[in-house]
Amino acid sequence: MNEPVLTEITLEDIESLAVGAWILGTGGGGSPYLGLLNLRRLYAEGYRVQLMSPLDLDDDDRVAVVSNMGAPLIGQERLADSRNIARAVEMQEEFGGFKFRAVMSVEIGGGNGTQALMAAAHLNIPVVDADCMGRAFPEAQMTSVAIGGLRPYPCTLYDPRGIEAIVTKVPSWKWMERTSRKICVEMGSIASTSKAPRTGREVKDWGIHFTTTAAIRIGRLVREANRLHTDPIAALLESEGGKRLFTGKVVDVARRTTEGFLRGSVAIEGIDDDRGSRLELSFQNEWIVAWREGKAVAMSPDLICVLESISGHAVGTETVRYGQRVTVVALPAPAVLTSPRGLEFVGPRAFGYDLDFRSVFEERAGAGV
Amino acid sequence: MRRIGIDVGGTNTDAVLLDGDKVVFAVKCPTTQDATSGILDALKALRADPAARGPVDAVVIGTTHFINAVVQRRNLMKVAAIRIGMPASASLPPFCDWPQGLAERVRGEIFMLEGGHDYDGRPIVPFDTAGMRAAAQRIADLGLRSVAVSSIFSPLDPSCEIAARDILQEICPNVAVTLSHDLGRIGLLERENAALLNAVLHDLAVETVAAFRKATAESGIDAPLFLTQNDGTVMQAETAIAFPVMSFASGATNSMRGAAHLSGLDDALVVDVGGTTSDIGQLRHGFPREANAVVEVGGVRTLFRMPDLLSIGLGGGSHIDPASARVGPLSVGYRLTQDALVFGGIQLTATDIAVAAGLLDVGDRSRTASISKDMIAAALTDATRQLEENIDRMKTEAGDAPLIAVGGGAFLVPERLAGVSQIIRVPFGDCANAVGAAIARVSGEADQVFRDLTRDEAIAAALEIAERKAINAGADPRSLKTIEIEDMPIAYLPGNSLRVRVRVAGALSRIEASREVA
Repeated sequence: MNEPVLTEITLEDIESLAVGAWILGTGGGGSPYLGLLNLRRLYAEGYRVQLMSPLDLDDDDRVAVVSNMGAPLIGQERLADSRNIARAVEMQEEFGGFKFRAVMSVEIGGGNGTQALMAAAHLNIPVVDADCMGRAFPEAQMTSVAIGGLRPYPCTLYDPRGIEAIVTKVPSWKWMERTSRKICVEMGSIASTSKAPRTGREVKDWGIHFTTTAAIRIGRLVREANRLHTDPIAALLESEGGKRLFTGKVVDVARRTTEGFLRGSVAIEGIDDDRGSRLELSFQNEWIVAWREGKAVAMSPDLICVLESISGHAVGTETVRYGQRVTVVALPAPAVLTSPRGLEFVGPRAFGYDLDFRSVFEERAGAGV
Repeated sequence: MRRIGIDVGGTNTDAVLLDGDKVVFAVKCPTTQDATSGILDALKALRADPAARGPVDAVVIGTTHFINAVVQRRNLMKVAAIRIGMPASASLPPFCDWPQGLAERVRGEIFMLEGGHDYDGRPIVPFDTAGMRAAAQRIADLGLRSVAVSSIFSPLDPSCEIAARDILQEICPNVAVTLSHDLGRIGLLERENAALLNAVLHDLAVETVAAFRKATAESGIDAPLFLTQNDGTVMQAETAIAFPVMSFASGATNSMRGAAHLSGLDDALVVDVGGTTSDIGQLRHGFPREANAVVEVGGVRTLFRMPDLLSIGLGGGSHIDPASARVGPLSVGYRLTQDALVFGGIQLTATDIAVAAGLLDVGDRSRTASISKDMIAAALTDATRQLEENIDRMKTEAGDAPLIAVGGGAFLVPERLAGVSQIIRVPFGDCANAVGAAIARVSGEADQVFRDLTRDEAIAAALEIAERKAINAGADPRSLKTIEIEDMPIAYLPGNSLRVRVRVAGALSRIEASREVA
């Protein structure tokens, strides 16, 4: 086993991570607030979390991939608990008969951005600076590891009243999503899960790298700008190579649930430079397509982020409301998501839009299909 | 019906007498340290006028007393916190996100017990009644006198909280109990925080309501006493003793409700210009639009019914920067009558500009002679710009809307503003908050998740719950009106789960009111 460089994540980093993960949540994934509270408490009790580069993993290392599954509203009553997520990881170890070298989050965006840190604190192993989405997506198969065709099982689910479930085998990632979702609903529509374990080689090949530090960096920029009363959004765009799409005021919100997802649209009326124009956003838990004058101007997997115009903090699809002053920005998607196979999993057609993916960043970067 | 409305603000205590819908008399007195002697002064002044004598049907007080106690960390009790829901939510115990100093001051003992519910009504695990009895005994032994109880998903199924209260009443009958589901919304930590804040205010609530009663009795008024709530409705004094947190943000709401009443408009923008700040809000169906968000009170995250307000640093006492002619956000505040030029001071304020411009006639106008015409014009332009920008921020749809300008600093609102169709000024506008208190209505709210119902059925079910609550709180059933319906489909739940929040309000029932007197 090689000796990795481990960096201790400070509490200040975690405060930034919570802000950055919420932005990378692209409207979904739940708020990282409760995860942040858990980590504040763990740090107060003396726990610490170490961060390691995915490039420092040995090929045959095992990495636990964790997430909290369920409805964000349920999470406001049955609160995120660091011990539960650690238990889901231990179940994988007991089932597989091995020990994990490290742990990573399935998605850095939203509340799940803190799950790996919470598990790592209890298990006393490092967090890998990587995830499988580089943002948030609504379904389990919308990951880089699914795009890579890696094995989707086994998956453990833990419920604190003593229900422990393992989905040992499924024919596809979609079946894993369906089966584990059913179990999750029985558990009260919230469960701590540890997804199919990954090898160090798999994480190096298919993980989306350095997203934990990206979330910390983004959060730090925004918090710093808030402190200095400078423009957090300008700082974010410059640092991350993002693009401002629209500035305006939310004038209409329509929500509905279909097949368990929160779908709907938000209309934003332009102010300042965008006065007289209107942007519509379609969402499925996360912001999926931005339309201007009926034309799709940005779409998944490019990250569409709605930010409060003054503070630069993220606005979620569950919390967006009339009258909010927002700036809509796009951040470039990780390359694996915009590959032809990636687009099958997370492109506009995966969400039911008959659109050919066209990146907002196409002109600049020459990327896209 | 003759009602007295009183608003105890930071600077002034305003009192008005309304006969039916008409303002008979209005008076302003300085607010005093203890609040109650200011109320007594205002009531005495009011009763000194012949037109304002005679019987009164209700006295309604809007006060910031309780929120100030939390913010200033005064008169707070040590409380016990009981959380029901283990083994879920174990890692984030009560007080976990409170400012340390405040938590240390009020944290008596924490009890975490098994129980609680899932969103669909299934128990998480059975309620640990033996553990609850032991907790009650410990509370009695420790001599704690106020307890807050929260249970997971209690807004959907309050049975664990109710069972806990029954056990407390049996084992320590003299303890005051706050149940979190009585305070509202889904969101365990925020609801629990509201219950805890309520519990720490118990003694102060008892004392304050007694003092308010004494003040009204001493002015020779024999009428039931009500306190206004954050949402522009009232609660009986007895209820206010049990729920002091419900009055936390009533001042701004009263002012907006008063503006609606005095202007006769139910849908309009309102700007309340005070000494230090201007509060901008929007009336919908005569009530302020609510903030649908977490609100921090004294550093504690809570979910309350709070008006959605934008507060900007523009008021009658705002400093004028001599270089830029920028108005505010600094203010002379309550020192206006000493520090402003027209009152003999040396600070150029918005009031001085208004006097110099002939918009206002107070103090010594000759002391504004040295202010240049350019300065006057530039300062007024800046005030206009600030108002236009922020009024636009509060609008929810495009197009011009009417604006009601109230408050003592309303002279800063010009005759025309971009985005405003009409500027409405009303008699007694500087006492709009006391008028809002006097006309406050009684409300009821429901916030639940419904499954396997159509949207219409779910809303009807929620309406019935809300109406029952309003009637129980003293509303006249015939006058009930729906104030707000909000439905929110919930992601990842089966059975087309729909969360419905409904609020209704009605006029004070006279019979109910006089019964309380007897």
